[in-house]
Amino acid sequence: MFNTTDVIETIDMIEKEHLDIRTVTMGISLLPCIRGSARQTAEAVYGRVTTLAEKLVPTAEQLSREYGIPIVNKRVSVTPVSLITAAFPEESPLVARALDRAAAALGVDFLGGYSALVHKATADYEKKFLSTIPEALATTQKLCSSVNVGSTRSGINMDAVKRVGELVKETAERTPDGLGCAKFVAFCNAVEDNPFMAGAFHGTGEADCVINVGVSGPGVVQHALSFAPEADLTEAAELIKRTAFKITRAGQLVAKEAARRLGVPFGVVDLSLAPTPARGDSVAHILEELGLERVGGHGTTAALAMLNDAVKKGGVMASSRVGGLSGAFMIHAVQANALTLEKLEAMTCVCSVGLDMIAIPGDTPASTISAILADEAAIGMINGKTTAVRVIPAPGKKVGDTVNFGGLLGRAPVMPVHTGSAEKFISRGGILPAPIHSFKN
Amino acid sequence: MKAVVTVTGTDRKGIIAQVSAFLCEKNINILDISQTILGDQFAMIMIVDVSECEEDLASVAAAAAEMGKDIGMSVRVQHEDIFNAMHTV
Repeated sequence: MFNTTDVIETIDMIEKEHLDIRTVTMGISLLPCIRGSARQTAEAVYGRVTTLAEKLVPTAEQLSREYGIPIVNKRVSVTPVSLITAAFPEESPLVARALDRAAAALGVDFLGGYSALVHKATADYEKKFLSTIPEALATTQKLCSSVNVGSTRSGINMDAVKRVGELVKETAERTPDGLGCAKFVAFCNAVEDNPFMAGAFHGTGEADCVINVGVSGPGVVQHALSFAPEADLTEAAELIKRTAFKITRAGQLVAKEAARRLGVPFGVVDLSLAPTPARGDSVAHILEELGLERVGGHGTTAALAMLNDAVKKGGVMASSRVGGLSGAFMIHAVQANALTLEKLEAMTCVCSVGLDMIAIPGDTPASTISAILADEAAIGMINGKTTAVRVIPAPGKKVGDTVNFGGLLGRAPVMPVHTGSAEKFISRGGILPAPIHSFKN
Repeated sequence: MKAVVTVTGTDRKGIIAQVSAFLCEKNINILDISQTILGDQFAMIMIVDVSECEEDLASVAAAAAEMGKDIGMSVRVQHEDIFNAMHTV
């Protein structure tokens, strides 16, 4: 049984330290929606999503009130749409708009899964599907899109990497301030049960319908550390582990109860300490609490490695099923005044899922965007972990400007990129071969 | 089903009486109370049984928060499971 101190601690975590459930995401398989035409398929998709997720938002809101803990986002992820529209890929935007209408009708924040998995090769129908992504993002509000360009087992599809650079540019030009790019992410080693946007999709190995949950509580960890300013790093890691356990238990409770009330299986708790930009919390503050004057300086990568590992160790114990990205820390580019793209890239080697919400100058060539993605994908491929790139080449913006997407997407200062060209390297195409340690069979 | 009621704010007379009256009106039984004063800050934690209450917990929580505003205190009603989950293994 809990005691008075425990009650006060939980209330302080929620009210003062921004502990919240970052997202309750319902994954829905769209495979039963495939019909003979794009129009019929779009109708079936709308019907299935609005039926299965009908009670998602009210259930999450009810749980939030009963437990007294905020649930910031309610989301839906679906089967990669390229698989649903393989017979008529050019008409995929019809399905995109049906999904967007469904998201609006349900009142969810985002719906993810306008996606293609092309890590080994890009099939003909996938080439056509990829070309529809800018239109899909330009004609929808809540839809998110992703592409998996590589994996540890298959290598990196450099033709797809090249194409993604072009698609990001085109999307930026077709949406105000490049907003569409904030809803598009390219992965290496994408996971099938990620509840976070923009990269959530519902993998084909998943159940018909499932509930995945992500928690957020960097403020709680920072607060716990603030009481131990003299602790050595072993003790600090232990403290983070204990705190992560408590945070994840809250996520596990909400996930299991939401799944029970919605009558669908509980999927996973994603063990990420993802900050919620709207609530103003940040992983950077934890690293500064550990003794770094500014995140981005020397020592940042080591501190982040320890933090990430401790969160996983605490979280694994707290949840019966762990999955998603687990270990991803979105260091938002909001802190970019102290961070460079190079340091962010180094940090992604030890934990972060990748370069997330990075605004770059609007005149950045497509090949440079592809090269940024290739670098991140290589880190993911070699280290056997998920990495991702979500960059926004904001049209007309230069280094020093800021793009503000408001609300859940937050804002991002425009960061400088190297001006040396990668054009020749990217235009070579082909497959970057899988690493030797991928041959485990 | 049990819930945890927490009341915090500046101390004054009649807080327990007002909160208890609210709970009684909702047909909620108080099982345990602990209360302290830190400086001029009042803090009370109650374990209550809500199984005979006809309203759902979410609306009781909303009503309690409103009642709290009227008496100038923060009043929260939360399902006990959130505390069990976070503080017991």
